[in-house]
Amino acid sequence: MTPHPAPEAGPFLGKLSLNALPLHEPILIFTFLGVAVGGLVVLALITRYRLWGYLWTEWFTTVDHKRIGIMYMILGLVMFLRGFADAIMMRLQQAMAFGGSEGYLPAHHYDQVFTAHGVIMIFFVAMPFITGLMNYIVPLQIGARDVSFPFLNNFSFWMTTSGAVLTMISLFVGEYAQTGWLAYPPLSGIAYSPNVGVDYYIWGLQIAGVGTTLSGINLIVTILKLRAPGMGLMKMPVFTWTSLCSNILIVASFPILTATLALLTLDRYVGTNFFTNDLGGSPMMYVNLIWIWGHPEVYILVLPLFGVYSEVTSTFSGKKLFGYTSMVYATVCITILSYIVWLHHFFTMGSGASVNSFFGITTMVISIPTGAKLFNWLFTMYRGRIRFELPMMWTIAFMLTFVVGGMTGVLLAVPPADFVLHNSLFLIAHFHNVIIGGVLFGLFAAINYWWPKAFGFKLDVFWGKISFWCWVVGFWLAFMPLYILGLMGVTRRMRVFDDPSLQIWFVIAAIGAAVIAVGIAAMLIQFGVSIWRRKELADESGDPWGGRTLEWATSSPPPDYNFAFTPVIHDLDAWHDMKRRGHRRPVGGFRDIHMPSNTGAGIILAGFSLVLGFALVWHIWWLAAVSFAATIVGAIYHSFNYKRDFDIPAATVAAVEDARTRQLAAGA
Amino acid sequence: MPTKLSPSWTRLRWLPVLGTLPLLAGCDLVVLDPAGDVARQQGDLIVISTVLMLLVILPVMALTIFFAWRYRAANKDATYKPDWDHSTQLELVIWSAPLLIIICLGAVTWVATHLLDPYRPLARTGPGQAIAADVKPLDVQVVALDWKWLFIYPEQGVATVNELALPVNRPIRFRISSSSVMNSFYIPALAGQIYAMPGMETKLHGVFDRTGNFDGFSANYSGAGFSNMRFKVKSLPMSEFDQWIAAAKASPQGELDRRTYLKLEKPSEKEPVRRFAAVDPQLFDAVVNMCVEPGKMCMHDMMAIDAKGGAGVAGIGNVRNVTYDKYAGRGHPGSVGWSIRYVAALCSAAMVSADRPDATPVNPAPLKGEGLPHPNKAAERTALSSPSPRPMS
Repeated sequence: MTPHPAPEAGPFLGKLSLNALPLHEPILIFTFLGVAVGGLVVLALITRYRLWGYLWTEWFTTVDHKRIGIMYMILGLVMFLRGFADAIMMRLQQAMAFGGSEGYLPAHHYDQVFTAHGVIMIFFVAMPFITGLMNYIVPLQIGARDVSFPFLNNFSFWMTTSGAVLTMISLFVGEYAQTGWLAYPPLSGIAYSPNVGVDYYIWGLQIAGVGTTLSGINLIVTILKLRAPGMGLMKMPVFTWTSLCSNILIVASFPILTATLALLTLDRYVGTNFFTNDLGGSPMMYVNLIWIWGHPEVYILVLPLFGVYSEVTSTFSGKKLFGYTSMVYATVCITILSYIVWLHHFFTMGSGASVNSFFGITTMVISIPTGAKLFNWLFTMYRGRIRFELPMMWTIAFMLTFVVGGMTGVLLAVPPADFVLHNSLFLIAHFHNVIIGGVLFGLFAAINYWWPKAFGFKLDVFWGKISFWCWVVGFWLAFMPLYILGLMGVTRRMRVFDDPSLQIWFVIAAIGAAVIAVGIAAMLIQFGVSIWRRKELADESGDPWGGRTLEWATSSPPPDYNFAFTPVIHDLDAWHDMKRRGHRRPVGGFRDIHMPSNTGAGIILAGFSLVLGFALVWHIWWLAAVSFAATIVGAIYHSFNYKRDFDIPAATVAAVEDARTRQLAAGA
Repeated sequence: MPTKLSPSWTRLRWLPVLGTLPLLAGCDLVVLDPAGDVARQQGDLIVISTVLMLLVILPVMALTIFFAWRYRAANKDATYKPDWDHSTQLELVIWSAPLLIIICLGAVTWVATHLLDPYRPLARTGPGQAIAADVKPLDVQVVALDWKWLFIYPEQGVATVNELALPVNRPIRFRISSSSVMNSFYIPALAGQIYAMPGMETKLHGVFDRTGNFDGFSANYSGAGFSNMRFKVKSLPMSEFDQWIAAAKASPQGELDRRTYLKLEKPSEKEPVRRFAAVDPQLFDAVVNMCVEPGKMCMHDMMAIDAKGGAGVAGIGNVRNVTYDKYAGRGHPGSVGWSIRYVAALCSAAMVSADRPDATPVNPAPLKGEGLPHPNKAAERTALSSPSPRPMS
């Protein structure tokens, strides 16, 4: 139960009052002190080293897709630490709360923790990670100078960040939703969740959703319009293909989420009855709508990583990708099929047997193209020369882990089996098996693979291997017990347990989570050590792995303009083809390069949106009106900004390229 | 008929867990080893599907490890073909292998989903034990409350909180609803779960084939008291069940009428077991119609009025502010800018039971070969032979 009643809304501060500060929760006070001290240290260091100007001009206002990509990755990493802290808290609670013990988290806190864990991991970890990755890599892979709409890219990033910040504010001001990560009504309706938690949920996702949708549009247009000459659709690298499909899914499905949340907002703010119990509302409608977005979302996350595995397998096997065409068609099949399976998330709602069978079978059908992909990676390895660098290790770990997750997924798609496993810990184990084994392992492969491209030096292998083994072992330790618990009939989101025989499995799972924590620490150390030893780990060539796609054709890190001359494409695996045909870098005849200018409009507009979100959460209507007006006026004002582009003079290009020529000569 | 798994399949049930058997010796995998025919078939289905998929999963895993080892860069003896990227035969195999598995699994799914449809009346209590046509299932009405379970036995006229007793080997027919938010009614030992939703009714059929004490709970998060929303299920021999009913009828709690219900539905946790000696026979239908509160229009009335074109402009004024405030019990006096409203009763027609006829059993004969008689199945065949289409539910 909430510790205090919702306050009456006042005219000036709305529902906000000192009561909103969780001063009665020691865990939160210490967390706040930690965050506050850490934050002050960071701010002090930035001020001490006079970095504000640098950060503003080079990063916050940048429209360079590479820097925005890196900022997305940093956002994902920071939020990942928060989401993982939630996971550790849950594991600890569930390992403790046996035999009459209430554990250490009261329901009001625990229920926020599991809701926040799900929301943060999907929206503010996985999404920024994949968006960052696509942002960085796609323009390089297609030989473009930037994305199609560079300002929009900057704005999208800051909107995503605003959503994340609003979600984080809920930790210290007010509360977060206690509804589970999809906030099913009627529980999330005003009658059963009268406090601000669900409002934080709604506005955090709505603001971030603007960023995600716009970035999806941006990347689709980029891929369709900015490919280097000669790169037909069937000559695109597989990662670009999967990114294209993923962004099509984003553009087609995120508006559904926006509309669904908007209806829930109307129910909560103005008393409509879309999803209420009374007056004709139907919560079942919400559940359908949210999953019509939610299931494609799963594929939005995993498709780009399928692309990563393809690139990595091909590169480190020193071989062309087996079955490129069938890989592309498999991706397109998955994209389309992902729209007609949503009902498998609620077979237990009471649909007829024919409806349930239809959605069960469509779900199984998805495993056919997915299986074909696995075989394609397998036969790419066949008769290759496999180098077990870190990205390849993550890929092998993925193949062995993901098939198990895929298998349990198909199992859950059999409706009668789902009736006994739905909402159980078996389900939790399944989707962590595919999201950690599929999405996270792929991200780690991608980070190890493209880090040298982004920063000019490789990542430390020793700490990378420690991280790898901790993650893989920790994953199996943490989630195998959950499969077993699911078969023992244990359901999800439980805070306390009766049956003492279950405890041992939760303890094993908690140990697994601790091993994963070591893996995360090792990864952070890996980044630190690599930056420290960057001279030794430096890669001068720009192509440290014997890459096959266009991003390896340029220097590491690439110049602002990516390519001095737009390359002409003759074959799939364009860079491999260029190397084989004895491609020579052009060293003269440079021209001015037309580039977009930096602008502060993105961060300022997103800042207004953040204030708007906060004001709406707390019913501070005057502030909502002011910040909304500011957002609109700001956007209109920005549209009159005609100083949007500039030319990099040919002389500057020549200087950069000459330096690169000397670097290559020194390396050779 | 695939309702009965052949003995060889049943024996295979333990195959996938074989590897972890030593670890699992001490734990009770109730999902794979339940105490009811429906849950048992669902558990068997998990095993069958797993075995089917392992046919393709295991080779893939083995090949992954083998290729990774065989074609490691250090092994210069292995063939290296850097430009080999296509083989029509292989492509056919890699698309058709999963396809074949999915065709098998799809067929199993279609049949099993229909045969184990929770809305479908049971045709047997166990393998080879058909239910005689004249056996009526025991009706139990289930209401998920914040955060406890109410069970109403309409035939016996008793009701209980957080305790469910059922006679063994007698088919049970649950009608399930909820008072406030969504829950999921789940007794793993008996049968799969189904959502309990306010203003709606779901159905579930199941039967225990052995006696014992089992657990039931909500399998869908429903708020702060969710973890303790558990109840004990007793599967009793018929005579003991009758005694249990008699004891309930002698309970000092008296009748569960509407007023008592409105008190009961207020949020509370860890409710002790309670038995009511009598129960308002229309209570469950009033719950489903969301009109237990006096003066509130029942859903069936509202739908009847709407079907005739609605109450027109007059209807707009016919709303009342909620005063019974379910969430007031959760500790929040009204915090929203407007009041939560409901439609007031005009002149209530007699309560119509929301109980719809059960789904018609499917006739799986075409799936097994039309017209071919199945040995030893005559009894079930008669039980399954009514051909009228399934009503909307």
